[in-house]
Amino acid sequence: MEITERSLWTLIHGMGFGALYLLACSGAIVELWRRYAPASDPPTARDEAFLKVYFIGMAVLAWMAVLSGAYIVYPWYRAVPPAGLHDLSAFPRYLLLSKPTTSEWHNIGMEWKEYIAFFAPISMTMASVVFVKYGRSLKRHHELRNAVLGFTLASFLAAGIAGFFGAMLNKNAPVEGGTTIHLAEGK
Amino acid sequence: MSAQTASPNELTNGAGAAAVLAAGIGTFTIMVLDLAADKVAAIKSIANFYRPTGPLSGVTTAAILVWLACWAILDWRWKKREVAVTRVCTIALVLLVLSLVLTFPPIADLL
Repeated sequence: MEITERSLWTLIHGMGFGALYLLACSGAIVELWRRYAPASDPPTARDEAFLKVYFIGMAVLAWMAVLSGAYIVYPWYRAVPPAGLHDLSAFPRYLLLSKPTTSEWHNIGMEWKEYIAFFAPISMTMASVVFVKYGRSLKRHHELRNAVLGFTLASFLAAGIAGFFGAMLNKNAPVEGGTTIHLAEGK
Repeated sequence: MSAQTASPNELTNGAGAAAVLAAGIGTFTIMVLDLAADKVAAIKSIANFYRPTGPLSGVTTAAILVWLACWAILDWRWKKREVAVTRVCTIALVLLVLSLVLTFPPIADLL
């Protein structure tokens, strides 16, 4: 059982930061909806402290996901093959574009994913700062609470789209290469 | 936006509104720069801040700088004030929805 260095980084980017962000995002949406609705019981100081850390953690996860994607994995994805090379398996972008059955995974999937993914950290940084500043009093600021909820929902959507296309891109043209890491030996 | 100065100890809505509107502007800037880099070769070339990542590096770095600058300016102007927060949040959410829709390549290609 072995994994390449590039594949490991793709896993860290997608399954580590991205998928964990999506899971955390669903929890944040429920908490914002449930505990900060005008008719709900007021959150306790302990809940507030926990949610502040939770929101900051989400913002950090979102930044780690997009920065690892844009500056570690994406350069491998878009690397240009040498002229005349027929085996494009180490050049995922060009592999996808070489066939009409896969080219739109790049033209639609990657072209959309690479930009909307950045909506998530911007939205969650804003949400975490508003949450830290207002805390329990966010319950009284209905419009701000609704805007934070709206941006959190949008960041969930953006991260979901980026995650879906990331998985499909990697299924059709995996980012592979670099040092091979041996995890276990077969019998 | 109409604004009123609040008493010193009161937690006003201005700082929150500034953060929300700046986030809307930030996402909208990503969309505008993405479209500009896609349509204008010179902008695509300028946006190539870090060659391995290509124009994505310049578009997102510039948008992040615009977002943070807008946030700092709006926060400086609004943090001690009550602002028309419904209108501010509506504008921010409209910018966000437009950004989500107009970055979708089949729609962006129509522009």
